[in-house]
Amino acid sequence: MSAENPSIWRSAALLGLVAVLGTALLAVVHTMTRDRITAQERRVVLEQLHQVLPDSAYDNALHEDVLRITDEAFFQTQEPVTVYRARLGTEPVAVIMQVVAPDGYNGDIKLLVGVYADGSISGVRVVSHRETPGLGDPIEHQRSDWILDFNGRSLGNPEPAGWAVRRDGGVFDQFTGATITPRAVVEAVERALRYFEARHEYLFSYPEPEQT
Amino acid sequence: MSNEVSLKSVMAEGLWHQNTGLVILLGLCPLLAVTSTVINGLGLGLATMATLMASNLSVSLIRGLLRPEIRIPAFVLIIASVVTAIELLMKAWAYDLFQVLGIFIPLIVTNCAIIGRAEVFASRHRPLAALVDGFATGAGFCLTLVLLGALREISGRGTLLADASLLFGEAGQNVTLTLVPDHPGFLLAILPPGAFIGLGLLIAARNWYVHRRSQKNEAPAREPVPAS
Ligand SMILES: Cc1cc2nc3c(=O)[nH]c(=O)nc-3n(C[C@H](O)[C@H](O)[C@H](O)COP(=O)(O)O)c2cc1C
Repeated sequence: MSAENPSIWRSAALLGLVAVLGTALLAVVHTMTRDRITAQERRVVLEQLHQVLPDSAYDNALHEDVLRITDEAFFQTQEPVTVYRARLGTEPVAVIMQVVAPDGYNGDIKLLVGVYADGSISGVRVVSHRETPGLGDPIEHQRSDWILDFNGRSLGNPEPAGWAVRRDGGVFDQFTGATITPRAVVEAVERALRYFEARHEYLFSYPEPEQT
Repeated sequence: MSNEVSLKSVMAEGLWHQNTGLVILLGLCPLLAVTSTVINGLGLGLATMATLMASNLSVSLIRGLLRPEIRIPAFVLIIASVVTAIELLMKAWAYDLFQVLGIFIPLIVTNCAIIGRAEVFASRHRPLAALVDGFATGAGFCLTLVLLGALREISGRGTLLADASLLFGEAGQNVTLTLVPDHPGFLLAILPPGAFIGLGLLIAARNWYVHRRSQKNEAPAREPVPAS
């Protein structure tokens, strides 16, 4: 075969060479950027955590004291819910749960919900969403203060019937022409609070972070 | 194949006569998808421009080695490597912008304009010309993205340069121009149909301009014709 058509081997070798050069380029860039990318990813997570819980409230390495819980029946998502646990010394201070509102206008809305040990909300932020710009996006803190309305609330404030948007008889504002998005967020936050109420002992104690 | 092309004409081709977004109409998917604001358009435009320059240069450098039967797979390998490298660099140095543009950065690979320039130009010209061609084609594409982004951002939200900090960091914090205070938001402009309509308007405007100029240039040579 090679006697008939030596050029095919040359072509293959050349193509191989191009592949090797491309891979080499990527290996170099990857090595150059790896640490920076890890740092960037951590910076973004920490910035988001910091927005829902003030730094001064805790003194542990929040992003390392993590539980992942899969409870589809409760959280309505197959993905594990990440729970960051904040402590001051040995005292549990708060948890931050990354929950999903699966019933937004356009797919999942990912939220961080910070809950103090007494069950009151330290803050809520939207991590990612694909709601319609101009309609659903006031849930972003950059676009409006709507999300701040959750601060300090708990399962008793408002009463259970109040955990809904105004249109449904609750206390939370909807947006003009957009009820689906805020409704989904309110429900997801309430779900996170109920989970915390039912399981907070477990959330703080399991597994002992020192032993993992 | 003429290897001597004037760099000036290469620039003019890429920016105007063969503008990827307005004339050749390649790479429309990202063009339509990310242009809801100027900054998003500029971000993708710059990334595409960098890709074009790097892939054109690489293709031109190895053009002597390439034989017809492996040309296309070699281009694909080169472009994929370049785009992946740019994706990594963006993650490292412009992480917030990367999060906004997300999937459209890796999708630059599928922008036909890039393999088109590799095939039509870079594989037949010296490295400098190929680099300039990549720059011009990329700049033409980038300008179209920015124009369309501006059109949609002004009509859709009444602002310009919103979220500039994604691209320029701290320096971009306060450059957002609010042109229409209390703009109620014009959904059509922000959603994908607005991108199609906006692009249509830009193409029409360009055609109108070209047409008018060619008429002007021809007019003196012709006998004045009464309107029929
Ligand atoms: C193109 C389009 C996009 C929409 N995007 C959203 C959205 O992101 N969030 C939302 O809650 N409603 C959105 N809506 C409106 C919903 O269909 C629905 O009408 C609204 O949420 C109901 O609110 P209202 O009863 O206050 O009018 C959108 C509607 C259209 C036509």
